[in-house]
Amino acid sequence: MSLLTIRDLQLSIHGTPILRDVDLTVEAGKITAITGESGSGKSLTALTVMGLLPTGSETAGTVALDKVDVLKASEPELCAMRGNDMAMVFQEPMTALNPVQCIGDQVAEAILIHTKTTRAKARSRAAAMLERVGLPNDRFPLSRYPHELSGGQRQRVVIAMAIALRPKLLIADEPTTALDVTTQAKILTLLKELVSEFDMGLLMITHDLAVVADFADEIVVMQKGDVVEAGPTGEVLQNMQHPYTRSLFAASGHQVDLPDAMGAEPLLRVTNVMRDYPVPRKSLFSPPGVFRAVDDVSFDLGVGERVGLVGESGCGKSTLTKAILGLDPIQGGSITMGGAPVYTGKAPNRAVRRRMQVVFQDPYGSFNPRHRVDRLISEPFHLLDTPPLGEARQHAIATALEDVGLAADDALKYIHEFSGGQRQRIAIARALITEPDLIVFDEAVSALDVSVRAQVLDLLAELCRKRPFSYLFISHDLSVVRSVTDRVLVMKSGQIVEQGDTETVFTSPQHPYTQTLLAAAPVLPDLT
Amino acid sequence: MIRFALRRLISLTLSLIVASIVIFAVIEIIPGDPAAFMLGVNARPDTVAALREELGLTASAPARYLAWVTGMLTGDFGTSYTYKTPVAGMIADRIWVSFPLAIYALILSTLIAFPAGIYAAARRGRLGDVSVMAATQLGVAVPNFWFAMIIVSIFSLKLGWFNAIGFPGWDAGFWPAIKALTLPAIALALPQAAILARVMRSSLLDMLNEDFMRTARAKGLSRRQALWRHAVRNAMIPVLTILGLQFAFLLAGGIIIEQVFYLPGLGRLIFQSIQARDLIVVESVVMLLVFTVIVVNFAVDIAYAAVDPRLRGRR
Amino acid sequence: MGNRGLIFGAGLSAVFVLLAAVSFVWTPYQIETFDIAEKLQAPNGTHWLGTDHFGRDILSMIMLGARTSIAVAIVAVGIGIALGVPLGLWAAARKGSLLDEVIMRGNDLIFAFPSLVIAILITAIFGPSAVNAIIAIGIFNIPVFARLTRGAALSLWERDFILSARVCGKSALRISWEHILPNILNLLIVQGTIQFSLGILAEAALSYVGLGAQPPTASWGRMLADAQTLASLYPHVALVPGVTIVLAVLGLNLLGDALRDRLDPRLRGRQT
Repeated sequence: MSLLTIRDLQLSIHGTPILRDVDLTVEAGKITAITGESGSGKSLTALTVMGLLPTGSETAGTVALDKVDVLKASEPELCAMRGNDMAMVFQEPMTALNPVQCIGDQVAEAILIHTKTTRAKARSRAAAMLERVGLPNDRFPLSRYPHELSGGQRQRVVIAMAIALRPKLLIADEPTTALDVTTQAKILTLLKELVSEFDMGLLMITHDLAVVADFADEIVVMQKGDVVEAGPTGEVLQNMQHPYTRSLFAASGHQVDLPDAMGAEPLLRVTNVMRDYPVPRKSLFSPPGVFRAVDDVSFDLGVGERVGLVGESGCGKSTLTKAILGLDPIQGGSITMGGAPVYTGKAPNRAVRRRMQVVFQDPYGSFNPRHRVDRLISEPFHLLDTPPLGEARQHAIATALEDVGLAADDALKYIHEFSGGQRQRIAIARALITEPDLIVFDEAVSALDVSVRAQVLDLLAELCRKRPFSYLFISHDLSVVRSVTDRVLVMKSGQIVEQGDTETVFTSPQHPYTQTLLAAAPVLPDLT
Repeated sequence: MIRFALRRLISLTLSLIVASIVIFAVIEIIPGDPAAFMLGVNARPDTVAALREELGLTASAPARYLAWVTGMLTGDFGTSYTYKTPVAGMIADRIWVSFPLAIYALILSTLIAFPAGIYAAARRGRLGDVSVMAATQLGVAVPNFWFAMIIVSIFSLKLGWFNAIGFPGWDAGFWPAIKALTLPAIALALPQAAILARVMRSSLLDMLNEDFMRTARAKGLSRRQALWRHAVRNAMIPVLTILGLQFAFLLAGGIIIEQVFYLPGLGRLIFQSIQARDLIVVESVVMLLVFTVIVVNFAVDIAYAAVDPRLRGRR
Repeated sequence: MGNRGLIFGAGLSAVFVLLAAVSFVWTPYQIETFDIAEKLQAPNGTHWLGTDHFGRDILSMIMLGARTSIAVAIVAVGIGIALGVPLGLWAAARKGSLLDEVIMRGNDLIFAFPSLVIAILITAIFGPSAVNAIIAIGIFNIPVFARLTRGAALSLWERDFILSARVCGKSALRISWEHILPNILNLLIVQGTIQFSLGILAEAALSYVGLGAQPPTASWGRMLADAQTLASLYPHVALVPGVTIVLAVLGLNLLGDALRDRLDPRLRGRQT
């Protein structure tokens, strides 16, 4: 008898079918991973088990946790089970904790609600749990508030809260997606330890196939509310039956066929750049402090060269990007493009600016929702002294759209009519319309599903073949950077700690930080 | 925390200084000479000049501003042009009507609004919520002075439960005084309670969508427990802002309500003074009102920090 | 619910605008002349809403009063938007600068003067009039719109599409006009409706205490002031103007709420 058995689970919300015939099991002391792209229903499966579905949900089938059918349990029965028999860890550690309650109380609450004990005893148990998840009490007293902790530390608090009463089943919904790769590795290790230590079943939801392959005992692949494939991880990976599973793995490990790089005549030259932010003064009378977000950074980017910039959140890569784009002034050093400074005096240099463009991460926030696509993608014309008008403008817009695989008619639509992947294509069309020499991709594929991501990366390679241009590709995803760049820069705490030919850096990293980073990144097993 | 309070205190002082300059400047540009006004049209020029001297009107504007401010700091608000008595005394008498009225109304408004708002949020979309919201929609639309007239005709004139007008003074005992203030306080409080209940509800509903509420539910808290233990305190942050603003409205609204009930408060004083062009009284009462509003906002800022630990460290 | 609220709110608001509009060409009776013989009649066939203590037709006064209310509220909201929105946009574009600080502290300062207090100060200088009521309410509206605009604009400035416009070399002024303003228009419309109804309430209150419209200008607040001593014997003189105010404000608030549900992109996103 498995710990958790889901049979023929059906779910509809307000009449819309979401899940169809979902079957899966979780064994005590084992890890089952559900994977799939957005809209596959993996998170809602988890919420069904917890009995935390939104209002208007209707379910059928059985979800048996240790002989209790969760679907038939009353709300008070569910309350008694949640936190006690089953517990959950969520994706976003930054918002998962109550901001106005200290961490000790939040962990202790999980204990107090289910057991008859004193507040003091609950707090001492909470302290022990926090200690266990890697937050020693001398450095992280119970009186800390969530805003005083980093994302990884907060996720540890959430885990402590979830395992405080040693539940039989732990559900983790994308527990490391919002975290840096080195933090991710530590949290995954912690979860794995806890599973065997407490003989707990773990139902883990993740879109990251590399994590699944590394980590799970059983794997369940979902697509649009159906389970398309399930079984022990090794077997499924060795012998994929369903075409969707195969395409998912193929897209995850997708290698882009990039044309050869051109000669290295320098285009962008970044020399000893410093970028400071003022920080609140420490006391009322001390001078305001500064935080050096970019510290003495230098690199060159050649004509037609494709350079990657990797680093963890807060390392200064976004700040550096803004400085390169001339959005913020710098406090030291120089940034020149084709010999001319990007920022002269108090204002950015127009002549330089028209030679570069940018594509941002969020496909939903990158466009003014009130403008039509033609107006959106022709915005860079503002940089030209004589922007094309009438026919010529229409033609330029149509060409740009067709270049990125969209139709010329799409120019008349509004942005909400497009999917995330199409929006990133439109963002690329906008960046290309003035034929700039340099494009900055700021986490441009990070918000996309793997299959869409593979298509967008292929598009990038195709565009490079059509008209060579340089780009700076900023990403936290090492495998993507490896496949689309010629050279890579590794950034840490505002400094570039290592730079070099992409393959060389990835195969024999020199700096200890690069080594840590590469070691921490989960790798897809070679299945060919 | 102390640094936070200090910074707020500095900005409080600055606001007070600027506000006093504004009020002084406004009164300053009013045409007409108070001395001539006080003595009437037939006064002899030398008498007027003597009075001007006596009132300190001959000094330069900055000197008079400084004298006014330092006077206020030592409790000397000057002498009324019409009554020839110290303004401080006149205000002191009135304050004991206006402030208790505003505080009484604030308490009533809070006592009504918090349960109503929480009740409605807990029952979102159900009959209880819809009824409370309909009632608040009406409450927001009712002018408080008209509401006052209506409840006076019902509870005082028809039913005889309360005196329609007037105030016996605190000397007559605590309960008679409170009784006299009850109808005015209800009239002031109900429309404000409607606003506050709406803010409380929508702020709670915003919190219900937050991730940490899901975490709380995953711990095993029931919907109700999660609401009380986690949502309410977070929802207090916007509610506190409204509470602070409401005190200003209650104080100002009190001025109007005092007219309905013929209460001897600051409102009556200020209207009498405007009619008599007794500008020194107008100036002082306005300064007092503004001072109170600014100090209340300061208190709200400090209360924020008490509720929200994120504010304590920063700024 | 949303749809019914919209129809009801828009309908009520339209009735009042219509009453005010018709009053320009026609009212049932002239209110400039007193007819003491007809005074204090309860609602009847000839005077639908009765007459006041001077024998004036109350329906006619309500119609003319609607004009005053709407005029005062519109101009006051106009002052608030015309000054508050540009200030808010400017402060947001120069976030953290001295200018931002000065604008925001100035706003805080105005907030310390409730509109009644501003009215008192203005009246003390210029004497009471409807124009002074407008100025008093309008001044108080400035920080309301400035804060709203700045807050909304600040969150937009962080968005990628604004960064993208900056990369395209657009100036802060142009970005504010082209990208920020259209995206906060909904908020401004909703807030405008709310301030409009608050303006009607404030005008009534100021006129009630004699700081607003002066006779012979008709005003709902003045009608209530006149009714005060008569209310218990002749309830209609107090009930009619009071209920009128309630209905007008209720209509506008319902309209504002319905518009918010319609226009708020957050709520709209939840439906799709």
